[in-house]
Amino acid sequence: MTGLSRRGLLLGGAALSLVLAPGLTLIAQARPAGRPASAAQRWGLLIDTAKCTADCTACVSACKTEMGLPDHGRPATDAQYLRKVSVGNPANGVERSVPVMCQHCAKPPCVDVCPTGASMKRADGVVLVDRHICIGCRYCMMACPYKARSFAHEAQSGQRPHNPRGKGTVEGCTLCVHRIDADRLPACVEACRAQGKGAMLFGDLHDPQSEIARALAAQPATRLRADLGLDPALRYRGI
Amino acid sequence: MVRILLALLIGMSLGGLALAAEPVIPKAKGERCVEDSRTMRTSHMELLKHQRDLTLRAGVRGTKHALKDCLTCHAVPDAQGQPVGIEDQRHFCNVCHGYAAVRIDCFECHVSK
Repeated sequence: MTGLSRRGLLLGGAALSLVLAPGLTLIAQARPAGRPASAAQRWGLLIDTAKCTADCTACVSACKTEMGLPDHGRPATDAQYLRKVSVGNPANGVERSVPVMCQHCAKPPCVDVCPTGASMKRADGVVLVDRHICIGCRYCMMACPYKARSFAHEAQSGQRPHNPRGKGTVEGCTLCVHRIDADRLPACVEACRAQGKGAMLFGDLHDPQSEIARALAAQPATRLRADLGLDPALRYRGI
Repeated sequence: MVRILLALLIGMSLGGLALAAEPVIPKAKGERCVEDSRTMRTSHMELLKHQRDLTLRAGVRGTKHALKDCLTCHAVPDAQGQPVGIEDQRHFCNVCHGYAAVRIDCFECHVSK
């Protein structure tokens, strides 16, 4: 946000909103070329775990394909940006399968502990690893209460152009910034809609007119480990 | 005698120089580069470094010094017409970097074709 004046921000916001008809405004998500991400937006996800079933892994497969994550057959150390976690209540036997990835916290502990500044939060709230300066110390992996980050142990080849990844650096869910910046949905959300149960809703938490903000206003949702006060951008229902 | 030896030595060293021919830069697809050749030769690494911070940290997209665009325009095809990777000596970056013996780290993470 440094170097961006309040006036510039307001003008940017005005340019982003496109009036279609009186009373109907579509927020164009794709930024024009040359514009930085803005704190006027905060991208988030609402996941309805009541719709999500344990046998469906559409989001996990879509994530691996989109981000070019290879399978070395070593689940303990293979890179995973998104995983399905089974939770249950022994008192009543209710079970849920919960997709868990980087929660894109407003106060990310991974950023606090990073000794080089590689772990960072973009202006629009997306938490990323700047692998150009990551030294692979993995402090962030230990600091993350959601176990959301992975470490690339092997030399890599055949990476996807939008997700450069290499040996000796930490990585995690980017909320598909390359897609968001091009006005597209994250790969997991798209797959959940197309092949899954439509349990994921993506949008701008700061825009009161967005589908996600209206859904959250209508019915409350929970944050994972809300007691830690990290204010994650991912919200869950049904757990 | 000393003169003959000196002449021989100079001749040999010149011959050695002639062997290490200057790199032949592969032709790019586009009509014009994003900057003039002189700027690109001396400052391409600065431009790429500036761009990487701008794109990743600030989220600026669509600017002109993107590594992806360099690779698209400067792709060197193999016999099958597919672009060669950094492991191939014919790769655009390798042509000069091999000659100058300067190792590049970009492709430890970035895909090179």
